[in-house]
Parts: sequence; C-alpha cells; structure tokens
Amino acid sequence: MTKPLSGAEIARQIGEQLSDAVTGSDETTVFVRSEDILNAARFLKENLDFDYLPSITAVDFLDHFDVIYHLRSIKNNYSVVLRTRCDNSGSPRVPSVVSLWQGADLQEREIYDLMGIYFEGHPNMKRIVLWEGYEGHPLRKDFIMDVPGGGKTT
Amino acid sequence: MGPQHPSTHGVFRMRVTFDGEVILDLEPIFGYLHRGIEKLAEHKTYLQNMPYTDRLDYLASMSNNMAYAMAVEKLAGIEVPERAEYIRVIMAELMRISSHLVGVGALFNDMGAFMTPFLYMYREREKLLDLFEMVCGQRLTYNYMRFGGVSHDIPEEFMPTLKRFIDEMPGFIDEYDQLLAENEIVLARSKGVGILPADKAINASVSGPVLRGSGVKWDLRKNNPYSIYDRFDFEIPTGSVGDVYDRYRVRVEEMRQSVRIVRQAMEQLPEGEVRTRVPTPLKPAPGEAYVCIEAPKGELGFYLVSDGSAKPYRFKIRAPSLINLTMLRDMVVGWKLADAIVTLGSIDICMGEVDR
Repeated sequence: MTKPLSGAEIARQIGEQLSDAVTGSDETTVFVRSEDILNAARFLKENLDFDYLPSITAVDFLDHFDVIYHLRSIKNNYSVVLRTRCDNSGSPRVPSVVSLWQGADLQEREIYDLMGIYFEGHPNMKRIVLWEGYEGHPLRKDFIMDVPGGGKTT
Repeated sequence: MGPQHPSTHGVFRMRVTFDGEVILDLEPIFGYLHRGIEKLAEHKTYLQNMPYTDRLDYLASMSNNMAYAMAVEKLAGIEVPERAEYIRVIMAELMRISSHLVGVGALFNDMGAFMTPFLYMYREREKLLDLFEMVCGQRLTYNYMRFGGVSHDIPEEFMPTLKRFIDEMPGFIDEYDQLLAENEIVLARSKGVGILPADKAINASVSGPVLRGSGVKWDLRKNNPYSIYDRFDFEIPTGSVGDVYDRYRVRVEEMRQSVRIVRQAMEQLPEGEVRTRVPTPLKPAPGEAYVCIEAPKGELGFYLVSDGSAKPYRFKIRAPSLINLTMLRDMVVGWKLADAIVTLGSIDICMGEVDR
C-alpha cells in the first residue's frame, strides 16, 4: 500500500531547510510559497527519495490559483501532496520543476495552455493542445464560451 | 509525419528532422482530437460525466469508468457492494486483455507484419466485445459503472461464455507466441530498439507496460491495491533492457496474468447487490480526491474538486498515454525512421486520451 506521509512532518523537515517556505500543512498536504516550490521539490527529491511525479494539476479558485503536485517515491512506496498558491493577477507564474522530473514537461505545458499559469524555467513553454494565437485559457472560470445555438456562458 | 498517417494510431503528428534516414530531432504535436472534456465536465453533473470517460481511452472504456467511479466514491464516501467490486475487476481485466490485443496487434502492423497478426488478435477481441455487449449493450462506449456499483447485474448467459473464453484464451496466447515471439524479423526489428532505461522512465513519470518494460516492478494493483486486488494471486511481469521487445513481452505476459485474475474472481464471485443507492443528483461535500488505477496503458488518475454542487468544480484527468509520450524524442533520436514508428507503436497510445 502506498503510504501517505504526514503533511505536518514533511512541512517541519522542509521548514528546517528553507525558512519561510512552508505556509501550512494538513494530513497529506504541504503548502509552500510559490517562489519556493522548486527548492522544496528539490529537497523532497534529493533527501526523501521522491523520485516519481505522477500528476500536476492547477485549480482556479477565482481569486487565486492552486498548483498541486502529487509526489510519490517508487523506491519506498510513499506519497505526499505539495501545493502552492499564486494570485490571479494578470499572468501568474510558478517555477518549473522540469529540471527535477522530466515528467513535468507535458503536464506543465498543458496547465499553461488551458489554465494560463506560466512555468518559469521550462525549456519549451508553449501551447500544447490549442494552437498558437488562441486567445484565453479555457479552464479558467472567467473564460467565456460560445454556446451552440447562440449565447455565451462561462 | 502525420496527423493522418497509418502508423500514428489516431491523429498525432511528429515533426521530425532527418539526416538522410537518421532522426536528428523529433517534436510531438498534439491537439487534433482535443474536445475539451475537462471543461465540458464542469458543466455536467457527476453522473452525466460518466459517458465522457468512455471517450478518453476508447480502447479501455471500462477502466476509465472504474477510475472515475472510484474517484467520485472517494469524494462522496460511497461504499461499493462486494459483488459489484468483483464484477468491476472482471471487466477491468477483460478490458486489459482487449486493450493489449489491440496494442500488440497494432505494433506488429507497424513492424510490417501487415494485418495478419492484427486480425488474429482481433479474433479474440471480438469475443471480448461480445461479452461486454452482453452486460451493457455496447461494444465500445460501455457507460457501465455507476457510483456505488455497476448499472446492472451480469446476465445469466454471461458466466458460461466467460468461462469458455477464459479456458481458451491461454491457448490463443500460446498461438500468438508461436507465430511471433521468436520470429526472426520481429527480433531484428524490436530487440535493442527504442531503449528507455529505468531511471529515465521513472524520472519522466512514465507508467504502465512502458515503465515495467524498463524493468521497474511497479504496478498499482500490487503496490497500492485498490478495489479488491489484494485478494488475487498474480505476478507483475517486467522487462530487462526497456526496448520495444520488452514492452511487447510485458503486454503478452500481462494478458496471461489478467486471465489468472479473472479466473480467481469468477470462482470467488459472491451473490448480492450490485449497486448501493446514492442520492440523485449526487452532491458531494466540498473537498477533493485524487484516485489512480492501473489502466491498460498506465496510471489513470482522476482529480476531482467539489464545491458542494451537483457538478464537479474541477475535473482533471491524469492521462497515461500523454505522459508516456514525454520520452518519445529521447527514445528515437539517432535511430531511423522505421524504428521511430515501431517505438511509437510500442508505447501504445490512444489519442482520445492524449488530447482529451
């Protein structure tokens, strides 16, 4: 069974290395400041053997975005969730973790394409499923869609 | 190459730079089948989204149904009756056999064994589709699973037909192996081609038979047993070097293991309800859930966020086919065009899932 590590314990360990980086924690999740995400992720990868990044997700909470990293260690079979928040002001930016896990490559591009969060340091940060020149980011809650038969909705 | 090309398994384009016939660079280009399922799902109720999951990896709809149903069950705290769990496992494993039959058949198509192995494999897949049709009336888009179970119990004639299939299937797998496993051309085309080392595979979040082909013994059914997989006895086949041949062998061995699981599940299948009552429309309490299962092509995950309404606030699909393509460039650079086609075939993608 993949064992979820305690968010509070991981938060304590990250906090010892990177002061001010951690903003909170719960049973399975560590909340980290967005500018520290790369350092926190590097700490988890190098010191706690989190070698596998199954999923990155972004969620639009209207006044802010959350970027959620589900991390797992194949070596030790445990998991933790890393979570960061960025303001919904113009163009939100988060450091890319591609340098640590190549598996983030297509996932970060997808988030940029559909949610409009720019990942700094990504080697190829461009749209993935929509075409260059497309306006807007469809998964945002304020994206206006045309409805078949006329009309618009968010 | 592509988007309309017989070897690309759908509408997938690769922008390839050549020196003569040797590949210098490759860039995959996605989006030709993008339907915006994640956005559409935010405008539908939880149950209305079930048919959308059929249209992700349309060669493994039952597995998609199962992952989505499990995610909503975790979000809303719904229990599943024992009989329904067994039926789900039987369906998911039959789906794995069916998906691997297509995957392996298409791989041989790409290798130049045009259509003959493919049709041998389709012979058995046809029987599987008949079985699925029996339980839900559909051959491809099943929409069979529900929150708290499955839509209806299996019909009377299902078990005898399944038993016949399960008894015959190991013989058919032997037949494929006699025809193909030691074939000189197959060996020449697949041994040592498209190598993906284990450390790179893990680093690139690759999952499923591609990861196991590289020699990593990782299978969510064993390493994080969901549903009732801890009750069955089966092995995790792995490759050694991570070439095209290893991935092909892993798929074939997985079919054998799936047959084993289905046989055990048939023996243990209890009587009882197949569905618990859930309120309609379902309104899970605000919260979020990430559930992942071992789908035929890899780790299929659903990340759902609920705001307490009848529609999901966020509906994210962790698609194994897309993420398995991360390493495509590294696997083919320095090889020839024909090897790139075989390598892509051995990753076994489904564009419905890549583009969503």
